[in-house]
Amino acid sequence: MSSTIYNFISSYNYYVIIFLMISGLFIVVSRGNMVKKLVGLALFQTSVYILYISPGKILNGTAPILDDGYSIYSSPFPHVLILTAIVVGIATLALGLSLVIRVNEEFGTIEEDELFDNEPNNE
Amino acid sequence: MNEHAPALVVMLPIIGAVLIMLIRHNNLNWGIALLSGISTIYYSIILYLNARSVGTISYAMGGWEPPVGIEYRIDEFNSLLIALIATVSFLILVYAKSSLNIELKKNKISTFYSMYLLCLGGLIGILSTGDAFNAFVFLEISSLATYVIISMGNDRRGLLAAYQYLIIGTIGATLYVIGVGLIFIITGSLNLYDISVKLGDIELYRPLLASLAFITVGIALKIALFPLHAWLPNAYAFAPSVGTAFLASTATKVAIYLLIKYLYLVYGFDLVYSNQIFIFVVLSLSIIAMFGASMIAIFQSNLKKLFAYSSVAQIGYITLGIGIANYNGLIGSTVHIINHSIIKAAIFLAIGCLVFSSKIVNIDQLAGLGKRMPMVAVCITVSSLSLIGVPGTVGFISKWYLVLGSLEQGLWVVVFALAVSSILALIYVGRIIELIWFHAPVGGMVSQNKIPFEMIAVTVVMTIATIYFGIDTRLTGDLAKIAVENVLLGEQL
Repeated sequence: MSSTIYNFISSYNYYVIIFLMISGLFIVVSRGNMVKKLVGLALFQTSVYILYISPGKILNGTAPILDDGYSIYSSPFPHVLILTAIVVGIATLALGLSLVIRVNEEFGTIEEDELFDNEPNNE
Repeated sequence: MNEHAPALVVMLPIIGAVLIMLIRHNNLNWGIALLSGISTIYYSIILYLNARSVGTISYAMGGWEPPVGIEYRIDEFNSLLIALIATVSFLILVYAKSSLNIELKKNKISTFYSMYLLCLGGLIGILSTGDAFNAFVFLEISSLATYVIISMGNDRRGLLAAYQYLIIGTIGATLYVIGVGLIFIITGSLNLYDISVKLGDIELYRPLLASLAFITVGIALKIALFPLHAWLPNAYAFAPSVGTAFLASTATKVAIYLLIKYLYLVYGFDLVYSNQIFIFVVLSLSIIAMFGASMIAIFQSNLKKLFAYSSVAQIGYITLGIGIANYNGLIGSTVHIINHSIIKAAIFLAIGCLVFSSKIVNIDQLAGLGKRMPMVAVCITVSSLSLIGVPGTVGFISKWYLVLGSLEQGLWVVVFALAVSSILALIYVGRIIELIWFHAPVGGMVSQNKIPFEMIAVTVVMTIATIYFGIDTRLTGDLAKIAVENVLLGEQL
């Protein structure tokens, strides 16, 4: 019993990540509002950032700045990667939102139910 | 400069894209696009010749040595595809000017060229990079440019198609990153070659299997493998004709290469194919794609959508070869990546000519086309026949290798499926050919624009290529053989 609890606590960050991931994906699938879908997408992407960041942390490790007082450092590598991924995520979100604005201009709605009702030719 | 060719093939289109955005002058920008297109072809051919003479080229981007820095690995397989994609997209660029003048608003044309080159740069980046995370960044660069290209068409449904693809494409890319993250946690490396070495002495256990699943599904969304293809038909149907031809002939092929790279070069043949379920899933999805998408194509009335569904079916052939996974099956896949790229470019360029001259969108408008526009009609007919795989066209070569491969594996079901799906293709292509040649023109035709010389010329060149490579297989078949022998099956043979 105690080992189960120990396992759970030692990897609770992954449970959080999976929860965020699933909820993001669920929002994308279940919501019909185009902006809400993008919010879900952003949540989904953000959970992946944490997936990368969390294994980089080393117990008792400090920020990776060379100093005589410390010998254990956390890995800076995932942070660098995730900076790039955040930029990509922002670009995607910005493009998605601008598409939503254009859709609203052209169709007058951003609810998918109404959009696809108006477009019979759109299978 | 030649030793920097691996960086140049990626950089040249991207530099062109930035220049075009800064200058914003429609005709000048066409020139810039052509210039960066042709210089990309030049360096891609140099790359291929180098890869043939000295073997795999490893290029340290920015002088940072791998495995810490980003490495570009060029071998006989990916440099072949880089040369293919550079050439096809250059020819489409030559064609683009007149077509875009009709189909786009004047102020959007510069942006289109810019996005086109950006997408090209991203695709070549995916092919050449040897770094898992770098591949993700290029995947997103090319995808973001693709979303813009799709949304630019005159049909407002293009916006919905672009949005739909944005959601699905981003989910795909994110799943891919999750897979890469799991590999990173397991091996502590992002360099694909380094990963493959480190995975060599790890047993197959659950996190590794999970990473394989995430990466496969993520890339399969980009490939539009059958149940994950929902974005493709609308995207192809409502994008500008030039955009459709470009996407259909390049984007999905590059994603397929990325999948092949992971299965064969990163995880390794033994690890992936010791797993019977994996083979079963890939094979059955490919066969369902060949049947299902062809069936849907038969009932389409929109011309572009019909060929979009046919693309989904043809992608099934390519993944089928991956699933068969023997020498001939892989050659079939590789050859079909090249052949399908040429066929679909020819078809969508011909459709672009039709849109240009008389705004043809639906199939019934094709009636009597053989009399009105014989040249375009012949191009559509010939390239559609190569979709079926009529002997003497490129489609036949691909199917020949696929049938050989499945016979060697004793997969009689697959051979049967190949035959039946060819018949299904015959049905939807036959309907088009019948309308073109055996029906009288519909009365009261709309006024026709005269199709410019360069549009016809590029379409005819592509169509001739579908026949030429069907008869003389030295260029496509033999190069594919070399690629498969030296790169994919290097250790098995």
